[in-house]
Amino acid sequence: MKEWPLWEVFIRSKHGLAHKHVGSIHAADATMAVENARDVYTRRNEGASIWVVRSENIVSSAPGDKEILFDPSDDKVYRHPTFYEVPDEIENM
Amino acid sequence: MSDDQHLQTYVLRLADNALVLGQRLSEWVGHAPALEEEMATANVSLDLIGQAKSWLEYAAELRGGDDADRLAFHRDVLDFHNTLLVEQPNGDYAMTIARQFLFDAFHLPLLEQLAGSADPRVAEIAAKSAKEVGYHLRRSGEWMIRFGDGTDESRRRVIDAVERLWPFTGELFTGDAVDEAMLAAGVGADLAAVRERWSGHVDEVFAEAGLERPEDGWMQSGGKQGHHSEHLGYLLAEMQQLPRAYPDARW
Repeated sequence: MKEWPLWEVFIRSKHGLAHKHVGSIHAADATMAVENARDVYTRRNEGASIWVVRSENIVSSAPGDKEILFDPSDDKVYRHPTFYEVPDEIENM
Repeated sequence: MSDDQHLQTYVLRLADNALVLGQRLSEWVGHAPALEEEMATANVSLDLIGQAKSWLEYAAELRGGDDADRLAFHRDVLDFHNTLLVEQPNGDYAMTIARQFLFDAFHLPLLEQLAGSADPRVAEIAAKSAKEVGYHLRRSGEWMIRFGDGTDESRRRVIDAVERLWPFTGELFTGDAVDEAMLAAGVGADLAAVRERWSGHVDEVFAEAGLERPEDGWMQSGGKQGHHSEHLGYLLAEMQQLPRAYPDARW
């Protein structure tokens, strides 16, 4: 089915808080895309919710920009909040 | 026949509809028009075979000393009680989808009624199956709309499929002594009520698909009583070959 557009599939698992990208599928339209995503990606009890989005609508960073975009954060360890003492009374953080 | 025998036959009919259609759909594995469709068809097939297993296990218990595998693999054509619709060959994808839609639209209201059956096992299996079949019906209905409202070719193919399958739809709602006894016992479904829901759903989807509903002409029947088209023999030969050639094989 070469004429069917490509869709990216995002699944929220039963215990997950966020939808995660799991792969892509072809489908004729949005309704069928959700159904195809269900049939291809939730066969083993993986899902509680599905998002699909036309692949062409995803804007991505250019692979060539990797160095200027991401290398500068390599040596900024102070951006990880690991230097604080967490009081014992705080159970979740 | 006693009510016990009626119940056995009633459960076998439910089992055989699911088993035969599940086996038919599995024939698409490796041949479906797209990967997504292959997965979807295989999912439906496995749902139906799972339902058949539950029904056959119950039927085997009712018969005493039988097991589900024996009922699936060691009965001959005349002992199968499925409706003629589900044994019809896959044909092209429009034919497969049309057969699925016409059956799903019957299967869902049937199971929903049986979920309230006076027989707790029937009610339990039906309630579990109805969830799966709700999805089957949604999917086959969406495909009917896309075939009917798609290209000239998809439309031509689905019209042809509906015309060829329509004569097999009457049997779904034709009751006999078994249906009457089970309805009277509060175990079975009211086929007239099932037909009403089927009819409403078919009209709704056909309207959206721009398809005309064929006239109810002469209807084929006999499958429920064991009189089948030639197609079922070939299907069973393939399905039963291994356990019959190697009766004690384990896998």
